[in-house]
Amino acid sequence: MYKSWWKIASILLLIYTVVGGFLMSVPALPALQETIRNLYFHVCMWFAMMILFTVSVVNSIKYLRTFNLKYDIYARHYAAVGIVMGALGYGTGAIWMTYTWADPNNPAFQSFSALAREPKLIGAAIALLIYFAYMVLRDSISDIDKRARISSVYNIFAYAMLFPSIWILPRVMDSLHPGREGNPALNTSDIDSSMRIVFYPAVIGWTLLGVWITTLKIRLHLLKEKQLLS
Amino acid sequence: MAIDEPEAKVWNGLFWVIQLFICINAVAKSFLQESKGRMLYFYSIASPGDFVLAKLLFNTVLMLAMSLLSLFLFSLFLGNPMQKIWQFTGLVLLGGWSLSLVFTFLAAIAAKAQQNAAIMAVLGFPIIIPQLLLLMRLSNAAFAPLLTIPISTVLLLVALDAMVILLAVILFPYLWKD
Repeated sequence: MYKSWWKIASILLLIYTVVGGFLMSVPALPALQETIRNLYFHVCMWFAMMILFTVSVVNSIKYLRTFNLKYDIYARHYAAVGIVMGALGYGTGAIWMTYTWADPNNPAFQSFSALAREPKLIGAAIALLIYFAYMVLRDSISDIDKRARISSVYNIFAYAMLFPSIWILPRVMDSLHPGREGNPALNTSDIDSSMRIVFYPAVIGWTLLGVWITTLKIRLHLLKEKQLLS
Repeated sequence: MAIDEPEAKVWNGLFWVIQLFICINAVAKSFLQESKGRMLYFYSIASPGDFVLAKLLFNTVLMLAMSLLSLFLFSLFLGNPMQKIWQFTGLVLLGGWSLSLVFTFLAAIAAKAQQNAAIMAVLGFPIIIPQLLLLMRLSNAAFAPLLTIPISTVLLLVALDAMVILLAVILFPYLWKD
């Protein structure tokens, strides 16, 4: 029980996110209106994805330092749940878009090709493709130690290439997303203080939920490989 | 030719896509063609850091030559819409260098996974797209007389290249051991 406080915290924070996110007042912006509440879900998914990918890379580095297969299993599952979070980020983004950029009655309406060129969409697609490639690479090598070593190397290399570029790209290309100057969603002028009291707990809650799912997957995998690791 | 003298934007887009495929085909050979015996020989005479630096250097020179050749052939066959020839040539060399560095390291990974060049493309495309986009944006300025090439973005690309070299030297020893 003493180790499960963060699971309870995750549940409480998510309840607070859903209740507070739908009931507390939000600034009424033109074009966005009430859809701005999706911020508590859509943006949090991307935060959780990036945090989980970072944890995955840290585990890959740990694997290369110790050659303990446990860390490779950690890295694989954190990347997998990160992919799920990214897919959910796309899903929530698509729902949000239905009521803003893709709605012809909305002043923020954009043509389809303008949306397809959106640098943040491209950046997110690149991030997901890299981790799909990581999974493909893992499955193409049958020797366990070799698989762990090569995929760890790719994970570190891809992460080090990916993250600078997905932070740079939206700054040099025209983006429809807010927060072009500076760090999106962390800038105090981007989001209202009344939203931040829900937004930050929501980020922590969703990330903890992702970590929780991952630990369950890891436990299952470690049980399957019990003979191998002992 | 199918298109006599394309517009500057089309020219630019075609050029960089061709560069990408040249790089994949030229650089992939460097690791995938080595036989196991020869790798063993290299292993006995050189340290992994030196070995990967030598590979990076060789592929850089190869890709720079290829870039200049394709630039020459492009202006021969598709006309020359460049407004700033020297600046564009500089960007082409920088781009060729970036592409060759990234794909050399990916070729090392793909060779260790004992796969063909297909997996190299799968691994490499998502990683190279941001750099390629930046290069295309930058080189658009070389086709318009009024636009200047932003130096900060060029420095950014150089910094990314330096990071790739550093990562290759740090990470290659783990690929090398068998």
